[in-house]
Order: sequence, then structure tokens, then C-alpha cells
Amino acid sequence: MKGIAVRLEGLSKYFGRVAALRTLDLDIHAGEMVAFLGPSGCGKTTTLLMVAGIYQPSSGAIYFGERRVEHLHPRDRDVGMVFQSYALYPHLTLLENIAFPLRLKRVPADEVAAKVRQTAELLGIGHVLERRPAHVSGGQQQRAALARALVKEPQVLLLDEPLSNLDAQIRLHARGEIRRLQQDIGVTSVLVTHDQAEALAMADRVAVFSVGELQQFASPDELYARPANTFVAGFVGHPPMNLIAGTFADGAFTAGPLRLTLPYRVPPGSGTLGMRPEDIALGGPIAGRVVLAETLGREVLVTVETGGATIKMLADSRPVGGAPIGIAVDPARLHLFDREGRRIVAQAA
Amino acid sequence: MPLLPPRWRLVLAVLLLVSIPIAAGVVWMGLTGIFDRVHGLVPVRPPSLDNWRFIWEGVGGRPPVHVPLLNSFVFAVVVAVIEVFVASMAAYAISRMSFPGRRFYLGLVLVLHAFPAVSLIIAIFYILRVMGLFDTLTGVILVKASLGLPLGIWLMKGFFDNLSWEMEMAALVDGMSRWTLFWKIAMPLVRPGLLALGTFSLLSAWGEFILPFTLIVSSNKALMSSYLQSFLTEAFTDFGIVAAVGLFYTLPVVALYLLGQRYLLNIYGGGVKG
Ligand SMILES: Nc1ncnc2c1ncn2[C@@H]1O[C@H](COP(=O)(O)OP(=O)(O)OP(=O)(O)O)[C@@H](O)[C@H]1O
Ligand SMILES: [Mg+2]
Repeated sequence: MKGIAVRLEGLSKYFGRVAALRTLDLDIHAGEMVAFLGPSGCGKTTTLLMVAGIYQPSSGAIYFGERRVEHLHPRDRDVGMVFQSYALYPHLTLLENIAFPLRLKRVPADEVAAKVRQTAELLGIGHVLERRPAHVSGGQQQRAALARALVKEPQVLLLDEPLSNLDAQIRLHARGEIRRLQQDIGVTSVLVTHDQAEALAMADRVAVFSVGELQQFASPDELYARPANTFVAGFVGHPPMNLIAGTFADGAFTAGPLRLTLPYRVPPGSGTLGMRPEDIALGGPIAGRVVLAETLGREVLVTVETGGATIKMLADSRPVGGAPIGIAVDPARLHLFDREGRRIVAQAA
Repeated sequence: MPLLPPRWRLVLAVLLLVSIPIAAGVVWMGLTGIFDRVHGLVPVRPPSLDNWRFIWEGVGGRPPVHVPLLNSFVFAVVVAVIEVFVASMAAYAISRMSFPGRRFYLGLVLVLHAFPAVSLIIAIFYILRVMGLFDTLTGVILVKASLGLPLGIWLMKGFFDNLSWEMEMAALVDGMSRWTLFWKIAMPLVRPGLLALGTFSLLSAWGEFILPFTLIVSSNKALMSSYLQSFLTEAFTDFGIVAAVGLFYTLPVVALYLLGQRYLLNIYGGGVKG
């Protein structure tokens, strides 16, 4: 079974006068896993529910392959969905829950039984099928919800924060498991999450949202290496990128007493300079003072107070608090944003 | 059972005290039904079955008791079934769908629920006359069921409000229509509410007096309440037979109450939300 391409064209959704989503254009390739990433309330779930057919778009079109579907009832769209609360039917056993979509399609009983068994075994819940949702663990509920979504072999799989109710241990495991399963069956998938690590780890491409608008749609590497604007720059990457407001002029960036020469030609004006904590090294021309050192495990997150800005960096060992230090950053790894926060495509000087 | 703390023992004593008149009434009914005549609560005659003769023969030109008994059964069951089904469908729509006038309708239901229905009796009488439903069981059934609907709708809405939206969305994605979803998912999950409302309307219809008394005149269509009342209007009221009929009329209620009290308690479990 192969998934199908999904195309969203100028999709908008208004609840009364509130815009939950504004003119979204998105092309999802067949068999791809795309993550919708963004803070709470930015319209991720709304978008997903429009793809599923629960919400009618206020305007715009949704295509599955060449078929236009936004006017179709969910049952005619061939989608499977896992909800954040799992939304299993509490009065039915896991077996009946998983069988439900097939029974509704009037699949013959022996075929239903075989498929349910097979899907349940695949997800490792074969031994608890006779129980009701309240009598299995959260992880098993999550798998049952996934099984219910997959059993009808949908062309599109929608996952709304499927891991957020699991504890950290299982979550990491489930992440890899869902991804492997998705690749095995090749179903086109959309994963909604506000956990950037989850999005970067699982998805082929990530769509970053902020208040109803798409900020960037790119591969995890691209998002990390070339964030399209300051929102993405600050949202993707952990610990987050340092974003320093200042002015570009005469081949340099100035923020108060802080001055960095740039090997780029940059149009003059105010803007933002971004540098990732992991791109900053100890020992260099930028003078500062250590104000805080937090151990993250392998590394130490050091907060350095320079004249013009507070900069966070990763160091291998814990520096002495309050001590004056110098730091350096590779100019090639700087991120430049203009006054509106858009990435400046830098040209070598 | 552990002993109650002193404060609760006091409360219990007070409750028992104020219940004495009611309990005395019930005891009187039981004793009179069996012994025919009591002074105070002391039987003054040997027990006899004479008061119970209404069970095997028509008394004083009345139809045999199985006629009003059957009428009452049909009345109570049909009323309960109508109330449960209509109320749950209306409540589901109010709870889950947005339609013009929803708020207004909700307010109306609340007001009607508090409306003294007896004040409508003259209007109802005329309407039934015009519709040709006066002096028919169908007529009283419709009236009784309608008057019970506001409470039923309000009660069931509380139960439907507690269902998860995501679960309904999941059902739609699984391929259900709204209609299938209602019957296969929503209704089974509000079963406690259905049972509570069913028991409640059954009891309420069984005990209904004013409506059948005013809207039915033929004695062969009368319900148990009117049948009982007919013994009270004679020149010399035979209290023995009144008590016996009263007991006979009450027994199904006691049975149903014992069976249904678990469900009735759920009325308070549904919760009510705007
Ligand atoms: N049914 C609705 N009626 C009115 N407003 C809604 C409705 N659903 C969502 N909204 C609003 O639309 C916006 C986007 O909501 P949405 O649920 O899509 O956010 P989200 O990105 O999924 O957030 P979260 O991470 O918290 O789940 C929010 O401001 C929300 O309040
Ligand atoms: Mg959401």
C-alpha cells in the first residue's frame, strides 16, 4: 500500500471573527511524514481536522492526489486519525474499537478478525484485546488508537500529539516505533506536535506555524541550518538560538558596545543577529562575564553577559562564575535577519 | 454497619420523627387492607380477604381491576419510552449541534420545566377535543409525555455534555454518520442517564392522577389512580377497600423502586451545564 499526495491550497479557517488558520499552502508528497510544529493555539489541530473532514474550511481547497476532498464527509476521505486523548470508545473492548472502522465498511467478519489480529500483533497489543480502554495502560491505549487508525489501511494518517500523554521513557520508544511503522507501510502522514525534538526526529519535513500562519516548511536539517525568520530560529533548536537585536552597517553588526565584523555584504539597517549556543566557542575576541552555568549532562549551558547582549553558549566544562572570559563565533555560522525578522541571504563580501 | 457519629444519630432521629405521619399512613393502609377496620392503628376485626374482592370481580359496576391495571401499565410504559427517546434525541441536538435559536430553545426548556402544567389543563382539554383525542389513552399519553420532556431533555443534555468531542470526531473519521454515531456511541455511553430517566418517568406516569382524571371519562379507559379515586366518591366510603386498592396500586412502585433506585441516583451524577 502506498500513500497519496496531499495538497492544501489557500486554506483558511475562521471561528467567528477569530482566524485559526490563514491561507495555508502546503504540498505533502506521497508516503512522506510531515510534522506540524508550533506553540499552543497556532492552528495545528484545526488544520488537521480540516484534512480529516471534521471542520469545513472557511476557504481554500484540499486535494488528495487529484481528488478534491474538502466537501467530502470524513468517511469518504480514507483517512485514519489518532487523537491526543486517543478517543477510544470506552464501552467497547480494544478488539471492538479496532474492528469498528472495518465493520462500518461492511468488511466480512472473518476478514475483520484477521486484520484486527494482524494490526494488533504489529503494535504489540494482541494480548489485551479483550479488555476495555480503562483497563489497559496509557501506552497500550495509544497503540490501540493507532491500530484503529491503521486497520482500514488509510491513504492518509493524521496524528494529533499522539505521544504527549505518554511518560518520557515510553515516548522516546514510541517515537521510533511510529516512524518505523509509517515508513514500512508508506502511508502519507501528518504529525501534530509542539515538541520540536519530536518533529525533527520523526518527520521528513516540518511545517512550523505561528498564530495561524505557516512560517517555514522544510526538512529538519534545513530548518536548523537556515531558519526562514526569527520565529523559526528561536523555536527550532535546543537550547534556543541567541537572537540579538541591533544594527547592520559598514560590514558590521552593532548592539550597544558589542560589535562584530561580518564577512558579508549586508544592506544597512536595523535587524537581528542569531547564533546558536553550540556554534559559540570559549576563547575569543568577544569579552564577557559568566553569569550562570547550568549542567545539561554532557555539556554545560553557560550564560555570558557581554556589554551589548546576554549570550548563551554550550561549553564542555563548567567555567568559574563571574570570571571574565572571551568567546568566539564562526562568522559562517551566524544567522542574519532583517528588520521584519526575515532571513537575509548573505553574500560574501 | 458501624455506629453513626453522635451528630448524625441526632439527624437520623429528627428525620425519623418527621417521617412518622407518613409511615403511620402506610401502616394504616396495610392494616386496613388486611383487617378491614382499625381503631387508631389497632385492628378490631379478624383478617379477611373481603377487601380484596375487587381483584376477582367488578365492584359496584366498575370494570374488573385488570382493565385499569393494564391501562396504567400501557400508559406508564409508553410515556416512559416516548420521553426517553424524544428527550435523548433533543438533548443530543442541543448538546452537540449548533443551530439558530439554540440558546433560546435551551432557555425555553428550562422555563417549561418549571411551569406548573396543571394551569394548562383547560387548554389541553380543548386541544384534545379538537384533535379527537379526548377520552383516549393516546391523548393522555401524549400530554403526559410532552409535559415530562423539558426535565428529560435537561437531564439528558447533562449526560451528553460529558461525552468527549474527540471521541465523536474519531467516530466520524472511522466512517460513522451522525445518526450511527448517536445510536452506537453516544446512546450506549449515556445508558445510566437513559435508565434514570426511564425509571423516573415510569414512576411519575404510574402515579399520575390529574391528567387521566380530567382527560378520560369512560371507566373502561380509566387508569389505576382514577379507579382508586372512584372508591372515595361513594356516599359511604369503604375505607377497607380503598386501602386494599391503594396497596395493590403501590406494590409495582415499590418493586420498580427497588429495581431502579440505583439508576435514579444517577440523576445527580449527570451534572447540568449550560
Ligand atoms: N471549535 C472552535 N471554536 C472556536 N475557536 C476554536 C475552535 N477550535 C479552535 N479554536 C481556536 O483556534 C485557534 C487554533 O486552535 P488549534 O486547536 O488549532 O490550536 P493548536 O495549534 O492545535 O494548539 P494546541 O497545541 O494547544 O493543541 C485557537 O485560538 C483556538 O482557540
Ligand atoms: Mg491541538
